[in-house]
Amino acid sequence: MSTTTYTLALNLICGAFLLVAVLMLLRRDLAAIVRLLTIQGVLLAALAALLGAREGSLELYAVALGVLLLKAVVLPIVLRRTLRDSSEARETKPLVNVTASMLAATLLTLLAYALSRPLVALAPSPATEAVPIGLAVVFLGFFALVSRRRALSQVVGFLLMDNGISATAFLVAGGVPVIVELGVSLDLLLIVLVLQILAARLQVTFGHTDLDELRELRD
Amino acid sequence: MNTVLIVPTDSTPMEVLLLITTVGAPLAAAAAALFFGWCRAVAWASVAASAAILTCAVIVAVRTTDGASLVAGGVLRADALTAVMLLVIGAVSIIATWAGVSYIDEELASGHTDAKGARLYAVLVQLFLAAMVLAVLASNLGVLWAAIEATTIVTAFLVGHRRTPAALEATWKYVMICSVGIALAYLGTILVYYAGREAGIDSHGSLEWTQLVAHAGELDPGVMRLAFALLVLGFGTKAGLVPLHSWLPDAHSQAPAPVSALMSGVLLSVAVYALLRYHVIAVAALNPTFVRALLLTVALASLVLAASLLLAQRDYKRLLAYSSIEHMGLVVVGVAVGTPLAVAALLLHILGHGIGKAVLFCGSGQILAATGTTQISGVRGLLMRRPVLGATFALGLAALLGLPPFSLFASELGLARAGVQAGLGWVIAFTMVILLVVFVAITVRTAPMLFGSNSDPVDSPPPRTAVATAPLVTALVALALLGVFAWPLGQLLHTAAEIAGTR
Repeated sequence: MSTTTYTLALNLICGAFLLVAVLMLLRRDLAAIVRLLTIQGVLLAALAALLGAREGSLELYAVALGVLLLKAVVLPIVLRRTLRDSSEARETKPLVNVTASMLAATLLTLLAYALSRPLVALAPSPATEAVPIGLAVVFLGFFALVSRRRALSQVVGFLLMDNGISATAFLVAGGVPVIVELGVSLDLLLIVLVLQILAARLQVTFGHTDLDELRELRD
Repeated sequence: MNTVLIVPTDSTPMEVLLLITTVGAPLAAAAAALFFGWCRAVAWASVAASAAILTCAVIVAVRTTDGASLVAGGVLRADALTAVMLLVIGAVSIIATWAGVSYIDEELASGHTDAKGARLYAVLVQLFLAAMVLAVLASNLGVLWAAIEATTIVTAFLVGHRRTPAALEATWKYVMICSVGIALAYLGTILVYYAGREAGIDSHGSLEWTQLVAHAGELDPGVMRLAFALLVLGFGTKAGLVPLHSWLPDAHSQAPAPVSALMSGVLLSVAVYALLRYHVIAVAALNPTFVRALLLTVALASLVLAASLLLAQRDYKRLLAYSSIEHMGLVVVGVAVGTPLAVAALLLHILGHGIGKAVLFCGSGQILAATGTTQISGVRGLLMRRPVLGATFALGLAALLGLPPFSLFASELGLARAGVQAGLGWVIAFTMVILLVVFVAITVRTAPMLFGSNSDPVDSPPPRTAVATAPLVTALVALALLGVFAWPLGQLLHTAAEIAGTR
């Protein structure tokens, strides 16, 4: 693969990755948000595969396959099951409206570019120059997490953060050692399963999963 | 620093066996609990597993006290610092699992839980212990991270053990906030890996702590600054530090008492242990003033927050939880000071706090069982009505407040001395003022619980007081002995402080 093609493909994938994250902030239909998350999982796997092709690393191809399986197949299935069991198809009352979310997304992306300057400066390459996008998605995920009230929206925000972190790992260092990658993926899967069970219990106990309405524990 | 760089010789089969046993004992107990459910044998097997951890910890301590390190299979590694943490885990888990025997029996008897719940509890507690042991034994900082993350997963259903709406709310907050925090720590870990690779460490070694320490001076400061800030934020979340601390009082007040004891006494300090390991790297790679300023900001903010919320606290389990935030703040002040004396003092403090908090949380579980409320106003005249329980609770509080002869007195004094020697007199002065506020707050809040009038109707007689209070009394005696005779630990703490201390 020529360097031009590689750079073009890398930038396309990363651009789409950020775009999907922003769209997730704008949508309120939870099913659509889960679909967007699936697309992002595919993009993440594509990123890993692209870097694998670039470095001729079989290990990265295997990691790409694992990412595809976990983030584009297994986790969306878990989320869809949670969605089916809950009575809520929409994030009805987000704490921040769409215009403000857009503004926040812009500011957070700028912040990511500012913060990642030393990361790019250490080893400039097409891959590290895309690192700000990984960080931006981490911030967008965090923003989604704190500005949404439904249990499922918060899980999605957390997964968005995690996708951003994985993308950063691929971009700066071609992924972490496989033993760590395995541990991380297993932990992620288990956390999401735990959150799914908890969301189901919230639904049964309170009849909704609006976390802002839970106020038993106060000082 | 010189002790760190001793290259470990090839691991002997004995070492491998020792380190694997330390992780394996709780795993075996978990398997037994899964297979047989909650019964006498399983209950005592869980105590035996904790005893095995403590025994292994003592052996590891003896073998690493001269600065040597033990390795097994390239994944596990133990030095004197690890040994101290293993001692903390072993000591606190013995108290917690021992107290857990009568706790679960009473829950079963009173119908608060069923056989299924008890089985799950026994399995998860042991997995929790195994994850913490793995965290301190991991030679790879990525594995350390994964083990700390695993503690969140296994404790989720322990916090939610009681299945009340409040417990559910606490569990959700706990899992969500800790996962987010620990995700930030993962991002920090990745950046350290990146800096390590660019500094020429090969990709298999670049998350090995020893390798990173050896190359710390060559790591890129720009990347490391961002990485360390993320790590402080992330592991700080798990240690109950500001700004992502809000899960802690909820989770600690809703979890079963022995689990609160483990979370407060060990889990928080395992997160601090991770920070301590990274601190060694950060000080060498970064401007030490930046590192110190960052840690002091987090630590002092946590202290102020804990003190202000302790002042008007009406719930005694939450009171203990905020006191944990306060003590972790104090310990991180020690990390920020960072001299060998400070590290030795903070390690002793971690051990003392762990044991003291275990006594208090397990005691609070018995108070809850006797009175049915966690409100301070619902408990009166404990010393009259339940002399043994009241006395252990009172002595536990005295230990926590740093009164002699308990070891927290010695460690707080050591921290203060180290701070003044390092030229941080103003920080120490500020910390002492906060500790004074905390002292007054806790004394004023808890005095009516212990003394107070005895006009309320006498509640049901306590069942099997001896089994329930034996672990607590043992722990208090150990804590007092530790305060008077620190000598068995002196050399070990000194070696550990040489490993983690910076000048």
